[in-house]
Amino acid sequence: MEEQQQFEPKIIGFTCNWCSYRAADLAGISRTKYPPNVRLIRLMCSGRLDPTFVFKAFSSGADGVLISGCHPGDCHYVDQNYKTMRRFALMEKMLVQMGFEQGRIKLVWASAGEGLQFAEAVTGMVETVRKLGPLDWHIRGQSNGHLTKELLLKEDVV
Amino acid sequence: MIEPRIGVYVCHCGTNIAGVVDVAEVSKWASEHLKGRGVVISRDYKFMCSSLGQELIEKDIKEYRLNRVVVAACSPHLHEATFRTATKSAGLNPYLTEMVSIREQDSWVHTDKIAATNKAKAMISGGVERVRYHEPLEPLHVPIHPATLVVGGGIAGIQAVLELADAGQKVYLVEREPSIGGHMAQFDKTFPTLDCSACILTPKMVSVGKHPNVELFTWSEVTNVEGYVGNFTVNIHKKARFVKEDICTGCSICQEKCPKKVIDDVFEAGLGYRKAVYTPFAQAIPNYPVIDKENCTYFQKGTCRACEKLCPTKAIDFTQEDQDISIQVGNIILATGYDLFDSRRIPQYGYARLANVFTSLEFERLSNSAGPTGGKVVLRDGVTEPKTVGIVHCVGSRDKNYNNYCSAICCMQSLKFAHLVEERTGAEVYNFYIDIRTPAKDYDEFYQRVLEEGTIFIRGKVAEVTDAARMAGEEGKIIIQVEDTLMGKQRRIPVDMVILSAGLEPRRDAKAVAKLFGISCSSAGWVIEKHPKLDPIATMTDGIFIAGCMQGPKDIPASVAQGAAAAARVLGRIQQKEIALEPIRATVNETQCSGCRICNNMCPYNAILFHEDRAVSEVNPALCQGCGTCIAACPAGAISGTGFSNEQVMAQIEGLLLLNLEAEPA
Repeated sequence: MEEQQQFEPKIIGFTCNWCSYRAADLAGISRTKYPPNVRLIRLMCSGRLDPTFVFKAFSSGADGVLISGCHPGDCHYVDQNYKTMRRFALMEKMLVQMGFEQGRIKLVWASAGEGLQFAEAVTGMVETVRKLGPLDWHIRGQSNGHLTKELLLKEDVV
Repeated sequence: MIEPRIGVYVCHCGTNIAGVVDVAEVSKWASEHLKGRGVVISRDYKFMCSSLGQELIEKDIKEYRLNRVVVAACSPHLHEATFRTATKSAGLNPYLTEMVSIREQDSWVHTDKIAATNKAKAMISGGVERVRYHEPLEPLHVPIHPATLVVGGGIAGIQAVLELADAGQKVYLVEREPSIGGHMAQFDKTFPTLDCSACILTPKMVSVGKHPNVELFTWSEVTNVEGYVGNFTVNIHKKARFVKEDICTGCSICQEKCPKKVIDDVFEAGLGYRKAVYTPFAQAIPNYPVIDKENCTYFQKGTCRACEKLCPTKAIDFTQEDQDISIQVGNIILATGYDLFDSRRIPQYGYARLANVFTSLEFERLSNSAGPTGGKVVLRDGVTEPKTVGIVHCVGSRDKNYNNYCSAICCMQSLKFAHLVEERTGAEVYNFYIDIRTPAKDYDEFYQRVLEEGTIFIRGKVAEVTDAARMAGEEGKIIIQVEDTLMGKQRRIPVDMVILSAGLEPRRDAKAVAKLFGISCSSAGWVIEKHPKLDPIATMTDGIFIAGCMQGPKDIPASVAQGAAAAARVLGRIQQKEIALEPIRATVNETQCSGCRICNNMCPYNAILFHEDRAVSEVNPALCQGCGTCIAACPAGAISGTGFSNEQVMAQIEGLLLLNLEAEPA
């Protein structure tokens, strides 16, 4: 595997308009570097994150999904990020039951002042997902979520 | 759906984007590979936000009959309004524009040019897919309540209040302390002109106190803020003063007669005393006192009531209770100021351990003619004049152990101290500095003047302030140990008095205040402005403005300028009478709603009402703020949200992952 090219995961990130998107802006303004594997989608609030967005991202080929919002207690819309927190717990559990490795979905709180922390969280997540390897959900789906060697060979992945 | 005809515009932003992303290649790629997704024209241009760039878009909209626009440039928080305006002036609905942030999220954060170029392509692809589902929208117009709330009665807040009130508008000023005036009221002289602080400040304070358009709440705090720009409901907690404000004449007999002396660690910085019933200083506005319940003998022991007996107008009222007052305002200006760095955090500087180590604020009181020593610069014993004084710069500033930032005012403040010590005692003065920073008008001239007065400057960060004498001549002195970086050697300077020029820090409750008003702080605790250069007085939250040191350390002229600027912005708002808001709202499709009421409890604004008769929920657009939580919660998918619909997000996901390219006919 070592001589092969490093696996570059694709990660879809959801940010809220008020804190985490601005943290991403600040990371940019401060020229803080992070790997280019994350592509962000802006929502008004992390509470807008419909769980189907996460499933859609995975089924469309994402290897990981990052969810980011204001810190608990700092929500621009009073307390909607608490709803995100609860939804996240459910989604994570559900995904693990479906055969996803822990770490493919990550919740990060970032205030508008935390550009550096946001960049660090992205870097950390890219590393984690890179180690986990491609999701290849279309292959795993055939064997209840288990990635068998036969399936991988069949699909000509390795 | 009408056949989308999309224009894609890729900005170079000089070299900001083009230095990392191959913009020409990205533009070419979009016109070739996204043709099947509706892209009619794709261009790259040096500065899309320039008037020529905008004209380019406008021309294309007309010429190519575009009905959607994607601009790949900076963050939408910077230029979304610009490109919406351009779209609008070409006759297209402004909300049919989508911005892709290939600067903040791509060229500025990545170094690998190929990866960054590929990411830009994917991001544009996401934007193109998303914009296909954009709908024409109309902004919501809300009226602006003409009254304004100013929080903080320091010089920045005072300036803002006067600008607004003089323009004929109603202003509420809330101040936590018993009097307005802030830190400036504690100073004796102001740099570089050395004019008397009280002489220039108190006329302004009096104007605030007497102004018919100003309603002043001192000894009060804001406890709750609801609503949004144009229409905030603010709760003010007014602590009981135990003095009837309408009867009190401010004669101060109660203060003279009160038997209880208390160390005043707020206004006198711990150097002087006040009574249990007090006004912080003689020129306080308002000039009626407060009774400090924790120290009042009557409140603590049940007897005394001396003030009540001796008050000539019977204005003392021990039965007064705290009040909660609700007001309506359209805009809010925050000017809550700073706290002084606590010098005890640097134990090697000896503050609070060595008697004759003073903080800058203590020295301000010491040198103030209305202060505890009547302006005499003396040691802690109250009588001895110092013969040598050491002033330590950058205490808690420019130090990675405490605060990285420069506190901006300490150099000038230290130079002012040096001058005052020299003038009043003739003592020998040493300044220990890292760099002297005197950039504003007449500041460097003042530095030259202090140099000519014979003050000694030693360049180096002080290592220690100690009373442990090691050499001859050090007995009974405080010794400042410093590396003189110009001489390249360690020095020990024995002095009688040390002044620590402590830095400025955000208020200890800055984060709680930011949360209360729905704005953000940096990790240090300074409020984040809308734009650090172009909009330093606005915040990310519409209708909330900032002025003075709450935004970052600054001197009096800068604080005054910000206070006036914030007021000017609010006045503009008031004059417009209404403001256009983003039309991002949720709506329930009644035919799909099952009436389960799950969404009802989700809404933080109680904007969703349930119609019992039809068993459906409905969103009140006047109350909805557009967070979208109900949309995500609806099990039937019956709620949709403008601007961030399921279709838009789903399409963007596909676009970002380039699934759209496979769908493209070969």
